Amino acid sequence: MQKIGVFVCHCGTNIAATVDVETVAKTLGKEPGVVFTTDYPYMCSQTGQQMIQDKIQELGLTGVVICSCSPRMHEQTFRKACHKAGLNDYMVEIANIREQCSWIHKDKQEATEKAVILGRAAIAKVQLNAPLTAGTSPVTKRALVIGGGIAGIQTALDIAEAGFEVDIVEKQPTIGGKMTQIDKTFPTLDCAACILTPKMVDCAQNEKIHIYAYSEVEQVGGFVGNFHVKIRRKARFVNEDVCTGCGACTEKCPQKKVPNAFNLGLDTRRAIYIPFAQAVPKVATIDPDYCNMLKNGKCGVCAKVCTAGAIDYKQKDTTIEREYGAIVAATGFNPIDLSQFDEFAYSKSPDVVSSLEFERLMNAAGPTGGTLLRPSDGTHPKTIVFVQCVGSRCEDAQKGKSYCSKICCMYTAKHAMLCREKYPDTDVYVFYIDVRTPGKNFDEFYRRAVEEYGVHYIKGMVGKVVPENGKLKVQASDLLDNRQLHIDADMVVLAAAIEPDKSARSVATMLTASMDTNDFFTEAHPKLRPVESPTAGVFLSGTCQGPKDIPETVAQASAAAAKVIGLLCKDSLTCNPCVAEPNELMCNGCSNCEKVCPYGAITYIDKEFRGPNRTTLIRRVAQVNPAVCQGCGACTVACMSGAMDLKGFSNKQIMAEVDAICR
Amino acid sequence: MQGVKEKALELLASGKAQRVLGWKTGEFFYDLTPGVFESAEEVEREFEYGVFAGANLSKYCIAESKKDGVTAVFLKPCDAYSFVQLLKEYKVKREKFYIVGVQCDGMCDMEKIRAAGISGATAVSEDGDTLKISTIYGEETMKKSDALLLKCKTCKSKKLVIFDELLGEQGEDCPESHRFDEVERLERLSPEERFSFWRGELSRCIRCNACRNVCPACTCETCVFDNHNLGTDNKAAASDFEENFFHIIRAFHVTSRCTDCGECSRVCPQHIPLHLLNRKFIKDTNELYGAYQAGADLESRPPLMDFRKDDCEPSVVYERGGAKG
Repeated sequence: MQKIGVFVCHCGTNIAATVDVETVAKTLGKEPGVVFTTDYPYMCSQTGQQMIQDKIQELGLTGVVICSCSPRMHEQTFRKACHKAGLNDYMVEIANIREQCSWIHKDKQEATEKAVILGRAAIAKVQLNAPLTAGTSPVTKRALVIGGGIAGIQTALDIAEAGFEVDIVEKQPTIGGKMTQIDKTFPTLDCAACILTPKMVDCAQNEKIHIYAYSEVEQVGGFVGNFHVKIRRKARFVNEDVCTGCGACTEKCPQKKVPNAFNLGLDTRRAIYIPFAQAVPKVATIDPDYCNMLKNGKCGVCAKVCTAGAIDYKQKDTTIEREYGAIVAATGFNPIDLSQFDEFAYSKSPDVVSSLEFERLMNAAGPTGGTLLRPSDGTHPKTIVFVQCVGSRCEDAQKGKSYCSKICCMYTAKHAMLCREKYPDTDVYVFYIDVRTPGKNFDEFYRRAVEEYGVHYIKGMVGKVVPENGKLKVQASDLLDNRQLHIDADMVVLAAAIEPDKSARSVATMLTASMDTNDFFTEAHPKLRPVESPTAGVFLSGTCQGPKDIPETVAQASAAAAKVIGLLCKDSLTCNPCVAEPNELMCNGCSNCEKVCPYGAITYIDKEFRGPNRTTLIRRVAQVNPAVCQGCGACTVACMSGAMDLKGFSNKQIMAEVDAICR
Repeated sequence: MQGVKEKALELLASGKAQRVLGWKTGEFFYDLTPGVFESAEEVEREFEYGVFAGANLSKYCIAESKKDGVTAVFLKPCDAYSFVQLLKEYKVKREKFYIVGVQCDGMCDMEKIRAAGISGATAVSEDGDTLKISTIYGEETMKKSDALLLKCKTCKSKKLVIFDELLGEQGEDCPESHRFDEVERLERLSPEERFSFWRGELSRCIRCNACRNVCPACTCETCVFDNHNLGTDNKAAASDFEENFFHIIRAFHVTSRCTDCGECSRVCPQHIPLHLLNRKFIKDTNELYGAYQAGADLESRPPLMDFRKDDCEPSVVYERGGAKG
């Protein structure tokens, strides 16, 4: 018979305001096996913990139930406290009467009754608990960064700096990500390429960093400290080790009409290409959708001009397999598709552009060589209208996003300012709902745009853009003046909302990392564990977690690296002792558990058993490797015989909890 | 089908098999029951094959698989699916069996013959599409298609998925089987009507366990309903409608492993259409995870034992149920 102590926490007024904690303690005292109950304002405080320890020793408690906050918060605290008093860590159960009770109820009587029920369930479970001992598993001292934008680059550099091997997997032919397409960066207006490319070069030169560009993660197995990853290296049709990046092929290729993705289709490139001058790795890639040689076997010019002999039309995708201790998701963002916003004539007029396209039109390496020219006729635009919040803070979920994309106010101010600086004869209008510029030197930057550069900021939304006789008729409302505006613009720039890269969902699925409704990765805790995913060993870097500007991205990237380093520093990790255990007498050898185990922890052996009448039987039975098992429980539900059970969460324990709740 | 008994004799004589798993006459002439034969004499005396050999021999292979030597077994197309499924689950060893695939055009149900108004039958034989029934009152005939077992009326496939030797021709899948028609009818009912339909059907259950014992997918060492340590048996027994639990949990346990051999409904003494539960699960699995036939091959994974990135999200339950998630 267990001797159970029940400790009910007030959590200040967090619990006590909605739950009659005294009644809960008193009522739970009548449960079988309970020898002591009490309530206390802060169970997690030093005094609270001391009280639990004293009672364990004084009464010889064999089990402890703490009615408090979520086990995610303080289970470790209480386990450690009980451990010090000589009680096994796994004889402690938490009844969550805060998140699952007091915070979601208003009626005190209702909440109190529910708190009692939750307490009963925990008591019923602890009755069946058994002491468990944790083992250890080794840590592979290598990290994987998925995504090679500024976030991935910074994370990789920081991890390498600490002396650990790190691989970057980037699906594009070069690392660098969105930042390579940006012209200038706010609020200092330094050139994006000038600050990014040295970091890209650092990555390439760092012995600890290995870049797998033009590659994608295909499969992830294993668990924290021991991930097993398959990476598919897409065929470039160019031998990466041989290509010198001289670019001769990209000048001679006769297929000139390929939309240039780097310039967002504003100009064209060849079928064999290097995305931009500072690409890392600087090697050519053949676009199989356009290459005549690959499509119909007629051409071969690039192979003829390549002095290094790097062209290989027969190259195939290859797969490499690697072990990692930690994985960082840095999958980044994209502007949303603007085709839904017909009112702004984005698909009707080439002079209506997205902000990222505008970056290319301003950039010296862009399609216009840095001179701002209208895409339609190559003339200088005299009147430019910027529209903010296109798809951001949007109520229509079919069209846009409910959230604020965060970076648009600042880059629009930047664009407006740069226009006015380079071409003082242009009229620049910015239509906004709100101007949001929190951040160091951000508001000053925006004010400079208005006060020094004379940008017309107008509170209100653009209702309609109509292309007419080479002009864009912009119809808008000025909410402060309460009047309709009609502007004949030469260009309209749409600040498109940003969304997580489409690849993020499949990456999240492979990593078993959770996502929110917008497909941003979820943090382990929104405030206190912002760079960790709830999945152990998976960390988050950059905009895959939420909209961010470059300074924030870099800060988070370094924070994620710090977490990775903290993990890789360890030689071994304490395993979870709540692992699966088969009952061999009941196992029917069907292998279902083996099939569903995501960690490969289950194997089968033929084992000898005693049969009736002094005979022996050979039976196929499951075996669990406790060092590999992560206690996910998939096998226990796949087992039809109920032979597979999870220590600490046995079928019986869960049944007992349900019984206690339904009593 | 001619030659089944002869094949049994031949296999024993040649030493290819140490025993034969086939059918013999039970209590009544129309009651062909599985039998194991170890000598030519036994075969001569008891072996029977005919229009009443509906019994699926696959499950009996589990016991034979533990014996020394090779067992020759006769498998009809639907039985062969079950055998492959058992192989996949390591319940039988391939090398222990010499499989004679027997092509089949449906087995008969004595009750259907009686229902046609024919009584006092003493022997039944087939002649093409016609059944010849000898009765104490004289000779009678009826169309064979009117006397087929329920499971044979909606035969899913005449393809023999595994064999060492074939008696008759290899067959094809029968996509026009209409085997889901009845399930679709039930799906069109309101939840209340459907519930009362199943309550009514399951209320006849006497928990004789015939369905469980005959089912080739029910191969646990100890059934959860017999396991006192697990507590499930007590849980079920505590309900005033234990049969609900039993049949629904059994249907869940065989989901994506059930080959739709139809034995459960054939053996049910209370005529509960248990196969409809399984077919509902097969239909749902096909719709949610793509067409899948348990026992069709050795490599594929049962959809519920597999995970793919394009699997449906759990919210599909709400969408299909019509409830608001």
